[in-house]
Amino acid sequence: MIGIDFAIDLTALFLLVSALLNFRDRQWRNGSFWLLLSALFFGGDAVLAAKAHGVLWPQELAGVGVVVLALLAPGVGKRYPSLPPQAQRQASAHRLGHKLFGPALLIPAITVLVTLIGGHLHLGGETLFDPKRKTLIGLALACIIAAVAAVRAGRQRPATMATEGRRLLDTLGWAALLPMTLAALGVVLNQSGVGQDIAQAAAWIIPTQSLLACVLAYGVGMAVFTVVMGNAFAAFPVLTAGIGLPLLVHQHGASPAIIGSLGMLCGYCGTLLTPMAANFNVVPVRLLELDDNWAVIRAQWPTAVVLLAFNLVALYVLA
Amino acid sequence: MNAWPMLGVLVIVVGFLLRFNAVLVVVAGGVVSGLLAGFDVPHLLAMIGDAFVSSRALLMVILTLPAIGVLERCGLREHAARWIAAMRGMSLPRLLISYLGLRQILSMLGMTNVAGHPQTVRPMLAPMSEAAHERDQGRPSSEDEAKKVRALAAATDNIGLFFGEDVFIALGAVLLIQGFYANNGIELAPLSIALWALPTAIAAFVIHALRIVIWRRRLQKEALGGDRD
Repeated sequence: MIGIDFAIDLTALFLLVSALLNFRDRQWRNGSFWLLLSALFFGGDAVLAAKAHGVLWPQELAGVGVVVLALLAPGVGKRYPSLPPQAQRQASAHRLGHKLFGPALLIPAITVLVTLIGGHLHLGGETLFDPKRKTLIGLALACIIAAVAAVRAGRQRPATMATEGRRLLDTLGWAALLPMTLAALGVVLNQSGVGQDIAQAAAWIIPTQSLLACVLAYGVGMAVFTVVMGNAFAAFPVLTAGIGLPLLVHQHGASPAIIGSLGMLCGYCGTLLTPMAANFNVVPVRLLELDDNWAVIRAQWPTAVVLLAFNLVALYVLA
Repeated sequence: MNAWPMLGVLVIVVGFLLRFNAVLVVVAGGVVSGLLAGFDVPHLLAMIGDAFVSSRALLMVILTLPAIGVLERCGLREHAARWIAAMRGMSLPRLLISYLGLRQILSMLGMTNVAGHPQTVRPMLAPMSEAAHERDQGRPSSEDEAKKVRALAAATDNIGLFFGEDVFIALGAVLLIQGFYANNGIELAPLSIALWALPTAIAAFVIHALRIVIWRRRLQKEALGGDRD
Protein backbone atom coordinates (compact mmCIF):
# COMPACT_ATOMS: atom_id res chain seq x y z
CA MET A 1 0.00 0.00 0.00
CA ILE A 2 1.22 3.49 -0.82
CA GLY A 3 0.85 5.53 2.36
CA ILE A 4 1.45 9.08 3.44
CA ASP A 5 5.15 8.34 4.09
CA PHE A 6 5.63 8.33 0.33
CA ALA A 7 4.51 11.95 0.11
CA ILE A 8 6.49 12.95 3.20
CA ASP A 9 9.70 11.32 1.97
CA LEU A 10 9.26 12.95 -1.43
CA THR A 11 8.92 16.37 0.26
CA ALA A 12 12.00 15.62 2.36
CA LEU A 13 13.95 14.65 -0.75
CA PHE A 14 12.96 17.87 -2.52
CA LEU A 15 14.10 19.87 0.53
CA LEU A 16 17.41 17.98 0.62
CA VAL A 17 18.12 18.60 -3.08
CA SER A 18 17.28 22.29 -2.66
CA ALA A 19 19.65 22.46 0.32
CA LEU A 20 22.49 20.92 -1.69
CA LEU A 21 21.91 23.28 -4.63
CA ASN A 22 22.07 26.20 -2.21
CA PHE A 23 25.33 24.92 -0.69
CA ARG A 24 26.76 24.64 -4.20
CA ASP A 25 25.98 28.33 -4.70
CA ARG A 26 27.45 29.17 -1.29
CA GLN A 27 24.07 30.22 0.07
CA TRP A 28 24.87 28.84 3.51
CA ARG A 29 21.88 30.21 5.37
CA ASN A 30 19.28 29.00 2.84
CA GLY A 31 21.09 25.67 2.57
CA SER A 32 21.22 25.01 6.32
CA PHE A 33 17.57 25.99 6.69
CA TRP A 34 16.35 23.52 4.06
CA LEU A 35 18.77 20.82 5.25
CA LEU A 36 17.50 21.00 8.82
CA LEU A 37 13.89 21.04 7.65
CA SER A 38 14.60 18.02 5.45
CA ALA A 39 16.05 16.18 8.46
CA LEU A 40 12.89 16.92 10.48
CA PHE A 41 10.82 15.51 7.62
CA PHE A 42 12.88 12.35 7.23
CA GLY A 43 13.16 11.82 10.98
CA GLY A 44 9.59 12.78 11.87
CA ASP A 45 8.21 9.25 11.85
CA ALA A 46 11.04 8.03 14.09
CA VAL A 47 10.21 10.85 16.51
CA LEU A 48 6.54 9.89 16.63
CA ALA A 49 7.39 6.18 16.94
CA ALA A 50 9.77 6.87 19.83
CA LYS A 51 7.06 8.86 21.60
CA ALA A 52 4.68 5.91 21.27
CA HIS A 53 7.29 3.85 23.15
CA GLY A 54 7.67 6.49 25.82
CA VAL A 55 11.06 7.76 24.62
CA LEU A 56 10.89 11.53 24.73
CA TRP A 57 14.35 12.85 23.82
CA PRO A 58 13.79 12.69 20.01
CA GLN A 59 10.78 14.99 20.45
CA GLU A 60 12.87 17.40 22.51
CA LEU A 61 15.57 17.32 19.85
CA ALA A 62 12.93 18.08 17.19
CA GLY A 63 11.83 21.03 19.34
CA VAL A 64 15.41 22.30 19.42
CA GLY A 65 15.42 21.91 15.62
CA VAL A 66 12.31 24.09 15.32
CA VAL A 67 13.91 26.81 17.49
CA VAL A 68 17.08 26.73 15.36
CA LEU A 69 14.96 26.96 12.20
CA ALA A 70 13.23 30.03 13.65
CA LEU A 71 16.61 31.63 14.40
CA LEU A 72 17.78 30.93 10.83
CA ALA A 73 14.49 32.12 9.29
CA PRO A 74 15.15 35.88 8.91
CA GLY A 75 16.92 36.26 5.61
CA VAL A 76 16.02 32.87 4.15
CA GLY A 77 14.73 33.56 0.65
CA LYS A 78 16.19 37.05 0.37
CA ARG A 79 18.17 35.87 -2.62
CA TYR A 80 16.95 33.41 -5.19
CA PRO A 81 18.06 32.46 -8.71
CA SER A 82 16.40 34.33 -11.57
CA LEU A 83 14.59 33.02 -14.64
CA PRO A 84 16.04 33.14 -18.17
CA PRO A 85 15.49 36.56 -19.82
CA GLN A 86 11.97 37.69 -20.70
CA ALA A 87 12.63 37.53 -24.47
CA GLN A 88 13.66 33.88 -24.26
CA ARG A 89 10.54 33.02 -22.26
CA GLN A 90 8.33 34.94 -24.72
CA ALA A 91 9.81 32.96 -27.60
CA SER A 92 9.31 29.69 -25.77
CA ALA A 93 5.73 30.68 -24.89
CA HIS A 94 5.10 31.46 -28.55
CA ARG A 95 6.48 28.11 -29.66
CA LEU A 96 4.69 25.97 -27.05
CA GLY A 97 1.37 27.84 -26.68
CA HIS A 98 -1.41 25.94 -24.97
CA LYS A 99 0.88 22.93 -24.49
CA LEU A 100 2.10 24.78 -21.40
CA PHE A 101 -1.29 24.53 -19.71
CA GLY A 102 -1.35 20.74 -20.00
CA PRO A 103 1.12 19.81 -17.25
CA ALA A 104 -0.24 22.58 -14.98
CA LEU A 105 -3.73 21.12 -15.30
CA LEU A 106 -2.43 17.60 -14.70
CA ILE A 107 -1.81 18.46 -11.04
CA PRO A 108 -5.48 19.06 -10.14
CA ALA A 109 -6.73 16.41 -12.58
CA ILE A 110 -4.63 13.59 -11.12
CA THR A 111 -5.21 14.74 -7.53
CA VAL A 112 -8.97 14.63 -8.03
CA LEU A 113 -8.75 11.30 -9.87
CA VAL A 114 -6.81 9.63 -7.04
CA THR A 115 -9.15 11.19 -4.46
CA LEU A 116 -12.21 9.85 -6.25
CA ILE A 117 -11.12 6.35 -7.26
CA GLY A 118 -7.92 5.81 -5.24
CA GLY A 119 -9.80 4.04 -2.47
CA HIS A 120 -11.14 1.44 -4.88
CA LEU A 121 -7.89 0.38 -6.55
CA HIS A 122 -6.43 -2.91 -5.40
CA LEU A 123 -3.11 -4.57 -6.04
CA GLY A 124 -2.33 -8.07 -4.84
CA GLY A 125 -5.28 -8.14 -2.48
CA GLU A 126 -4.67 -4.84 -0.66
CA THR A 127 -5.74 -1.30 -1.46
CA LEU A 128 -3.20 0.59 -3.56
CA PHE A 129 -3.52 3.92 -1.71
CA ASP A 130 -4.09 4.56 1.97
CA PRO A 131 -7.78 5.56 1.80
CA LYS A 132 -7.50 8.07 4.67
CA ARG A 133 -4.72 10.15 3.10
CA LYS A 134 -5.47 9.61 -0.58
CA THR A 135 -5.78 13.34 -1.40
CA LEU A 136 -2.21 14.09 -0.28
CA ILE A 137 -0.85 10.92 -1.87
CA GLY A 138 -2.69 11.90 -5.05
CA LEU A 139 -1.13 15.37 -4.87
CA ALA A 140 2.37 13.92 -4.52
CA LEU A 141 1.83 11.54 -7.43
CA ALA A 142 0.31 14.32 -9.54
CA CYS A 143 3.32 16.57 -8.88
CA ILE A 144 5.79 13.93 -10.09
CA ILE A 145 3.81 13.22 -13.26
CA ALA A 146 3.26 16.93 -13.96
CA ALA A 147 6.96 17.72 -13.48
CA VAL A 148 7.96 14.98 -15.94
CA ALA A 149 5.29 16.15 -18.39
CA ALA A 150 6.54 19.74 -18.08
CA VAL A 151 10.12 18.71 -18.81
CA ARG A 152 9.00 16.76 -21.86
CA ALA A 153 6.66 19.45 -23.18
CA GLY A 154 9.34 22.13 -22.86
CA ARG A 155 12.20 19.88 -24.02
CA GLN A 156 14.17 20.73 -20.88
CA ARG A 157 16.86 18.71 -19.15
CA PRO A 158 15.44 16.59 -16.27
CA ALA A 159 17.73 18.47 -13.86
CA THR A 160 15.59 21.60 -14.37
CA MET A 161 12.97 19.97 -12.13
CA ALA A 162 15.43 20.34 -9.27
CA THR A 163 16.84 23.75 -10.18
CA GLU A 164 13.46 25.35 -10.95
CA GLY A 165 11.82 23.77 -7.90
CA ARG A 166 14.64 25.15 -5.79
CA ARG A 167 14.22 28.60 -7.35
CA LEU A 168 10.55 28.72 -6.29
CA LEU A 169 11.28 27.23 -2.87
CA ASP A 170 13.87 29.95 -2.26
CA THR A 171 11.33 32.53 -3.47
CA LEU A 172 8.94 31.24 -0.85
CA GLY A 173 11.72 31.29 1.74
CA TRP A 174 10.85 31.33 5.44
CA ALA A 175 7.12 31.70 4.66
CA ALA A 176 7.07 27.99 3.80
CA LEU A 177 7.66 27.21 7.45
CA LEU A 178 5.02 29.50 8.91
CA PRO A 179 1.99 27.16 8.68
CA MET A 180 3.81 24.44 10.60
CA THR A 181 5.14 26.74 13.31
CA LEU A 182 1.63 28.14 13.72
CA ALA A 183 0.30 24.61 14.20
CA ALA A 184 2.88 24.11 16.95
CA LEU A 185 1.92 27.44 18.53
CA GLY A 186 -1.75 26.40 18.50
CA VAL A 187 -0.88 23.27 20.49
CA VAL A 188 1.12 25.25 23.07
CA LEU A 189 -1.64 27.86 23.48
CA ASN A 190 -4.22 25.12 23.87
CA GLN A 191 -2.19 23.32 26.50
CA SER A 192 -1.64 26.61 28.33
CA GLY A 193 -5.41 27.07 28.48
CA VAL A 194 -5.32 30.55 26.95
CA GLY A 195 -8.48 30.03 24.87
CA GLN A 196 -10.66 28.71 27.69
CA ASP A 197 -9.65 31.61 29.92
CA ILE A 198 -10.76 34.21 27.39
CA ALA A 199 -14.03 32.44 26.60
CA GLN A 200 -14.85 32.13 30.31
CA ALA A 201 -14.06 35.77 30.91
CA ALA A 202 -16.24 36.79 27.94
CA ALA A 203 -19.15 34.62 29.09
CA TRP A 204 -18.84 36.21 32.52
CA ILE A 205 -18.86 39.80 31.25
CA ILE A 206 -21.64 39.82 28.65
CA PRO A 207 -25.28 40.40 29.64
CA THR A 208 -26.55 36.90 28.94
CA GLN A 209 -30.25 37.81 28.86
CA SER A 210 -29.75 39.84 25.69
CA LEU A 211 -29.78 37.72 22.52
CA LEU A 212 -28.06 40.53 20.63
CA ALA A 213 -25.20 40.68 23.13
CA CYS A 214 -24.74 36.90 22.95
CA VAL A 215 -24.80 36.90 19.14
CA LEU A 216 -22.23 39.70 19.02
CA ALA A 217 -20.00 38.03 21.61
CA TYR A 218 -20.11 34.72 19.75
CA GLY A 219 -19.77 36.01 16.15
CA VAL A 220 -17.22 38.74 16.80
CA GLY A 221 -15.48 36.44 19.28
CA MET A 222 -15.10 33.78 16.58
CA ALA A 223 -13.59 36.35 14.19
CA VAL A 224 -11.22 37.84 16.79
CA PHE A 225 -10.16 34.44 18.11
CA THR A 226 -9.44 33.30 14.58
CA VAL A 227 -7.36 36.42 13.99
CA VAL A 228 -5.27 35.51 17.05
CA MET A 229 -5.04 31.76 16.44
CA GLY A 230 -4.88 32.00 12.64
CA ASN A 231 -7.39 29.21 12.25
CA ALA A 232 -11.17 29.07 12.63
CA PHE A 233 -10.98 25.36 13.47
CA ALA A 234 -8.99 26.17 16.62
CA ALA A 235 -11.40 28.92 17.65
CA PHE A 236 -14.62 26.98 17.05
CA PRO A 237 -14.60 24.43 19.91
CA VAL A 238 -13.44 27.04 22.43
CA LEU A 239 -16.04 29.68 21.56
CA THR A 240 -18.91 27.29 20.94
CA ALA A 241 -18.30 25.49 24.22
CA GLY A 242 -17.89 28.82 26.04
CA ILE A 243 -20.65 30.94 24.48
CA GLY A 244 -22.46 29.29 21.55
CA LEU A 245 -23.73 26.16 23.25
CA PRO A 246 -24.56 27.35 26.81
CA LEU A 247 -25.90 30.80 25.96
CA LEU A 248 -27.25 30.73 22.40
CA VAL A 249 -28.43 27.13 22.06
CA HIS A 250 -29.44 26.24 25.60
CA GLN A 251 -30.54 29.58 27.02
CA HIS A 252 -31.93 31.32 23.92
CA GLY A 253 -33.06 28.15 22.13
CA ALA A 254 -31.17 28.78 18.88
CA SER A 255 -30.75 26.01 16.30
CA PRO A 256 -27.36 24.30 16.79
CA ALA A 257 -26.93 23.77 13.03
CA ILE A 258 -27.25 27.51 12.35
CA ILE A 259 -25.02 28.48 15.28
CA GLY A 260 -22.35 26.01 14.16
CA SER A 261 -22.40 26.88 10.50
CA LEU A 262 -22.59 30.67 10.80
CA GLY A 263 -20.19 30.71 13.74
CA MET A 264 -17.59 28.93 11.66
CA LEU A 265 -18.17 31.38 8.80
CA CYS A 266 -17.61 34.32 11.17
CA GLY A 267 -14.29 32.64 11.93
CA TYR A 268 -13.49 32.43 8.21
CA CYS A 269 -13.96 36.21 7.97
CA GLY A 270 -11.30 36.45 10.67
CA THR A 271 -9.01 34.20 8.63
CA LEU A 272 -9.07 36.79 5.85
CA LEU A 273 -7.77 39.43 8.26
CA THR A 274 -4.75 37.83 9.90
CA PRO A 275 -1.13 37.19 8.99
CA MET A 276 -1.42 34.19 11.33
CA ALA A 277 -3.32 32.42 8.54
CA ALA A 278 0.00 32.16 6.79
CA ASN A 279 -0.90 29.74 4.02
CA PHE A 280 -3.50 32.12 2.68
CA ASN A 281 -2.21 35.57 3.54
CA VAL A 282 1.59 35.42 3.79
CA VAL A 283 2.63 32.62 1.43
CA PRO A 284 1.06 34.40 -1.59
CA VAL A 285 2.86 37.63 -0.64
CA ARG A 286 6.14 35.79 -1.12
CA LEU A 287 4.98 33.80 -4.14
CA LEU A 288 3.68 36.88 -5.97
CA GLU A 289 6.67 39.00 -4.90
CA LEU A 290 4.53 41.68 -3.26
CA ASP A 291 7.10 42.89 -0.65
CA ASP A 292 4.47 44.05 1.85
CA ASN A 293 3.36 41.29 4.24
CA TRP A 294 -0.06 42.92 4.55
CA ALA A 295 -0.73 43.32 0.80
CA VAL A 296 -3.17 40.41 0.45
CA ILE A 297 -4.98 41.29 3.69
CA ARG A 298 -5.28 44.86 2.46
CA ALA A 299 -6.96 43.56 -0.71
CA GLN A 300 -9.50 41.43 1.16
CA TRP A 301 -10.36 43.16 4.44
CA PRO A 302 -13.37 45.14 3.15
CA THR A 303 -14.96 41.92 1.86
CA ALA A 304 -14.27 40.25 5.21
CA VAL A 305 -15.77 43.05 7.28
CA VAL A 306 -18.96 43.40 5.21
CA LEU A 307 -19.38 39.63 5.18
CA LEU A 308 -18.91 39.43 8.94
CA ALA A 309 -21.69 42.01 9.34
CA PHE A 310 -23.87 39.88 7.06
CA ASN A 311 -23.17 36.80 9.16
CA LEU A 312 -23.98 38.61 12.40
CA VAL A 313 -27.31 39.83 11.03
CA ALA A 314 -28.06 36.32 9.76
CA LEU A 315 -27.19 34.84 13.16
CA TYR A 316 -29.47 37.31 14.94
CA VAL A 317 -32.40 36.89 12.55
CA LEU A 318 -32.20 33.11 12.10
CA ALA A 319 -31.27 32.22 15.65
CA MET B 1 -6.97 30.95 36.35
CA ASN B 2 -3.43 31.71 35.18
CA ALA B 3 -3.63 34.67 32.79
CA TRP B 4 0.13 35.02 32.24
CA PRO B 5 0.31 32.75 29.14
CA MET B 6 -1.73 35.47 27.40
CA LEU B 7 1.50 37.47 27.20
CA GLY B 8 2.61 35.05 24.50
CA VAL B 9 -0.25 36.27 22.32
CA LEU B 10 0.84 39.85 23.05
CA VAL B 11 4.40 38.99 21.93
CA ILE B 12 2.97 37.78 18.62
CA VAL B 13 0.75 40.81 18.04
CA VAL B 14 3.56 43.27 18.84
CA GLY B 15 6.07 41.22 16.82
CA PHE B 16 3.84 41.26 13.75
CA LEU B 17 3.12 44.98 14.06
CA LEU B 18 6.85 45.74 14.37
CA ARG B 19 7.40 43.53 11.30
CA PHE B 20 9.89 41.14 12.80
CA ASN B 21 10.30 37.87 10.91
CA ALA B 22 6.98 36.04 11.29
CA VAL B 23 8.45 32.58 11.96
CA LEU B 24 10.67 33.96 14.70
CA VAL B 25 7.75 35.87 16.24
CA VAL B 26 5.49 32.82 16.28
CA VAL B 27 8.06 30.51 17.85
CA ALA B 28 8.98 33.20 20.41
CA GLY B 29 5.30 33.64 21.27
CA GLY B 30 4.89 29.91 21.77
CA VAL B 31 7.97 29.70 24.01
CA VAL B 32 6.81 32.67 26.13
CA SER B 33 3.29 31.25 26.53
CA GLY B 34 4.61 27.81 27.39
CA LEU B 35 7.12 29.05 29.98
CA LEU B 36 4.53 31.33 31.63
CA ALA B 37 2.10 28.41 31.78
CA GLY B 38 4.72 26.68 33.92
CA PHE B 39 5.96 23.99 31.53
CA ASP B 40 9.62 23.11 32.04
CA VAL B 41 11.96 23.59 29.07
CA PRO B 42 12.37 19.95 27.94
CA HIS B 43 8.60 19.41 28.13
CA LEU B 44 7.95 22.58 26.14
CA LEU B 45 10.52 21.66 23.48
CA ALA B 46 8.99 18.19 23.20
CA MET B 47 5.54 19.73 22.78
CA ILE B 48 6.75 22.05 20.00
CA GLY B 49 8.75 19.30 18.29
CA ASP B 50 5.88 16.84 18.40
CA ALA B 51 3.32 19.34 17.06
CA PHE B 52 5.69 20.44 14.28
CA VAL B 53 6.45 16.93 13.13
CA SER B 54 2.77 15.94 13.30
CA SER B 55 1.81 18.78 10.97
CA ARG B 56 4.26 17.94 8.17
CA ALA B 57 1.37 17.47 5.74
CA LEU B 58 0.95 21.27 5.72
CA LEU B 59 4.17 21.71 3.74
CA MET B 60 3.35 19.23 1.01
CA VAL B 61 2.01 21.90 -1.25
CA ILE B 62 5.67 22.69 -2.09
CA LEU B 63 5.70 19.48 -4.14
CA THR B 64 3.96 21.44 -6.90
CA LEU B 65 6.96 23.78 -7.22
CA PRO B 66 9.21 21.71 -9.55
CA ALA B 67 6.49 21.31 -12.18
CA ILE B 68 5.37 24.94 -11.92
CA GLY B 69 8.99 26.14 -11.99
CA VAL B 70 9.81 24.24 -15.18
CA LEU B 71 6.67 25.58 -16.85
CA GLU B 72 7.55 29.15 -15.83
CA ARG B 73 10.97 28.70 -17.35
CA CYS B 74 9.25 27.68 -20.58
CA GLY B 75 7.06 30.81 -20.56
CA LEU B 76 3.81 29.69 -18.86
CA ARG B 77 3.17 33.10 -17.33
CA GLU B 78 3.92 34.92 -20.58
CA HIS B 79 1.57 32.61 -22.48
CA ALA B 80 -1.23 32.98 -19.93
CA ALA B 81 -0.94 36.77 -20.10
CA ARG B 82 -0.93 36.89 -23.90
CA TRP B 83 -3.84 34.48 -24.16
CA ILE B 84 -6.02 36.68 -21.94
CA ALA B 85 -4.89 39.90 -23.64
CA ALA B 86 -6.03 38.50 -26.99
CA MET B 87 -9.42 37.35 -25.70
CA ARG B 88 -12.32 39.46 -26.90
CA GLY B 89 -14.51 41.08 -24.24
CA MET B 90 -12.16 40.11 -21.41
CA SER B 91 -11.61 42.53 -18.55
CA LEU B 92 -10.14 42.28 -15.07
CA PRO B 93 -13.54 42.19 -13.31
CA ARG B 94 -14.83 39.53 -15.68
CA LEU B 95 -11.74 37.40 -15.24
CA LEU B 96 -11.66 37.61 -11.45
CA ILE B 97 -15.41 37.23 -10.97
CA SER B 98 -15.46 34.13 -13.21
CA TYR B 99 -12.55 32.70 -11.24
CA LEU B 100 -14.30 33.49 -7.96
CA GLY B 101 -17.47 31.69 -9.04
CA LEU B 102 -15.59 28.70 -10.42
CA ARG B 103 -13.42 28.39 -7.31
CA GLN B 104 -16.50 28.52 -5.06
CA ILE B 105 -18.35 25.87 -7.05
CA LEU B 106 -15.33 23.54 -7.19
CA SER B 107 -14.82 23.93 -3.43
CA MET B 108 -18.50 23.21 -2.81
CA LEU B 109 -17.98 19.94 -4.68
CA GLY B 110 -15.04 19.15 -2.43
CA MET B 111 -12.31 19.94 -4.97
CA THR B 112 -10.37 22.37 -2.81
CA ASN B 113 -6.92 21.24 -3.97
CA VAL B 114 -7.68 21.95 -7.62
CA ALA B 115 -6.49 25.52 -7.28
CA GLY B 116 -4.31 27.47 -4.91
CA HIS B 117 -1.57 30.07 -4.68
CA PRO B 118 1.30 27.93 -5.99
CA GLN B 119 -0.75 25.85 -8.44
CA THR B 120 -2.96 28.42 -10.15
CA VAL B 121 -2.53 31.95 -8.80
CA ARG B 122 1.20 32.48 -9.33
CA PRO B 123 1.58 30.72 -12.70
CA MET B 124 -1.76 31.63 -14.26
CA LEU B 125 -4.28 33.87 -12.51
CA ALA B 126 -1.77 36.57 -11.53
CA PRO B 127 -0.25 37.11 -15.00
CA MET B 128 -3.72 36.84 -16.58
CA SER B 129 -5.02 39.51 -14.19
CA GLU B 130 -2.11 41.80 -14.93
CA ALA B 131 -2.66 41.39 -18.68
CA ALA B 132 -6.42 41.97 -18.38
CA HIS B 133 -5.81 45.06 -16.27
CA GLU B 134 -3.32 46.52 -18.74
CA ARG B 135 -5.83 45.94 -21.50
CA ASP B 136 -8.57 47.65 -19.49
CA GLN B 137 -6.33 50.64 -18.88
CA GLY B 138 -4.90 50.69 -22.39
CA ARG B 139 -1.42 51.27 -21.01
CA PRO B 140 1.25 49.33 -19.12
CA SER B 141 0.77 49.24 -15.35
CA SER B 142 3.26 50.70 -12.93
CA GLU B 143 4.99 48.13 -10.71
CA ASP B 144 2.95 49.35 -7.76
CA GLU B 145 -0.33 48.92 -9.64
CA ALA B 146 0.69 45.46 -10.88
CA LYS B 147 1.33 44.42 -7.28
CA LYS B 148 -2.13 45.59 -6.26
CA VAL B 149 -3.66 43.56 -9.08
CA ARG B 150 -1.74 40.45 -8.02
CA ALA B 151 -2.79 40.92 -4.39
CA LEU B 152 -6.42 41.20 -5.50
CA ALA B 153 -6.05 37.96 -7.48
CA ALA B 154 -4.69 36.20 -4.37
CA ALA B 155 -7.53 37.60 -2.24
CA THR B 156 -10.07 36.37 -4.79
CA ASP B 157 -8.65 32.84 -4.56
CA ASN B 158 -8.89 32.88 -0.75
CA ILE B 159 -12.47 34.13 -0.71
CA GLY B 160 -13.55 31.60 -3.34
CA LEU B 161 -11.98 28.76 -1.36
CA PHE B 162 -13.26 29.73 2.10
CA PHE B 163 -16.84 30.44 1.17
CA GLY B 164 -17.25 27.34 -0.95
CA GLU B 165 -15.59 24.69 1.16
CA ASP B 166 -17.95 24.60 4.10
CA VAL B 167 -20.94 23.98 1.88
CA PHE B 168 -19.34 20.62 1.12
CA ILE B 169 -20.58 17.98 3.56
CA ALA B 170 -17.51 15.76 3.76
CA LEU B 171 -14.90 18.43 4.47
CA GLY B 172 -13.16 19.57 7.62
CA ALA B 173 -15.46 22.40 8.68
CA VAL B 174 -18.77 20.54 8.55
CA LEU B 175 -17.30 17.40 10.11
CA LEU B 176 -15.69 19.42 12.88
CA ILE B 177 -19.01 21.11 13.71
CA GLN B 178 -20.83 17.79 13.64
CA GLY B 179 -18.17 16.13 15.78
CA PHE B 180 -18.24 18.95 18.32
CA TYR B 181 -22.01 18.71 18.77
CA ALA B 182 -21.88 14.89 18.89
CA ASN B 183 -19.46 15.17 21.82
CA ASN B 184 -22.00 17.42 23.51
CA GLY B 185 -24.92 15.07 22.95
CA ILE B 186 -26.52 16.81 19.96
CA GLU B 187 -26.81 14.70 16.79
CA LEU B 188 -26.94 16.67 13.52
CA ALA B 189 -26.93 15.57 9.88
CA PRO B 190 -23.98 17.06 7.94
CA LEU B 191 -26.36 18.33 5.27
CA SER B 192 -28.33 20.44 7.75
CA ILE B 193 -25.08 22.18 8.75
CA ALA B 194 -23.79 22.60 5.21
CA LEU B 195 -27.00 24.14 3.90
CA TRP B 196 -26.78 27.03 6.38
CA ALA B 197 -23.46 28.00 4.82
CA LEU B 198 -25.12 28.61 1.47
CA PRO B 199 -26.53 32.13 2.14
CA THR B 200 -23.09 33.33 3.24
CA ALA B 201 -21.51 31.74 0.16
CA ILE B 202 -23.87 33.73 -2.07
CA ALA B 203 -23.30 36.91 -0.06
CA ALA B 204 -19.52 36.42 -0.33
CA PHE B 205 -19.78 36.14 -4.11
CA VAL B 206 -21.94 39.27 -4.45
CA ILE B 207 -19.88 41.38 -2.02
CA HIS B 208 -16.52 40.47 -3.49
CA ALA B 209 -17.72 40.79 -7.10
CA LEU B 210 -19.02 44.28 -6.34
CA ARG B 211 -15.73 45.17 -4.69
CA ILE B 212 -13.77 44.10 -7.76
CA VAL B 213 -15.95 46.30 -9.98
CA ILE B 214 -15.69 49.26 -7.58
CA TRP B 215 -11.93 48.74 -7.28
CA ARG B 216 -11.53 49.11 -11.02
CA ARG B 217 -13.84 52.14 -11.24
CA ARG B 218 -11.83 53.92 -8.59
CA LEU B 219 -8.59 53.16 -10.35
CA GLN B 220 -9.99 54.44 -13.64
CA LYS B 221 -11.13 57.67 -11.97
CA GLU B 222 -7.70 58.13 -10.45
CA ALA B 223 -6.16 57.58 -13.86
CA LEU B 224 -8.50 60.17 -15.44
CA GLY B 225 -7.73 62.62 -12.65
CA GLY B 226 -4.04 61.97 -13.22
CA ASP B 227 -4.37 62.72 -16.94
CA ARG B 228 -5.90 66.12 -16.28
CA ASP B 229 -2.99 67.29 -14.17
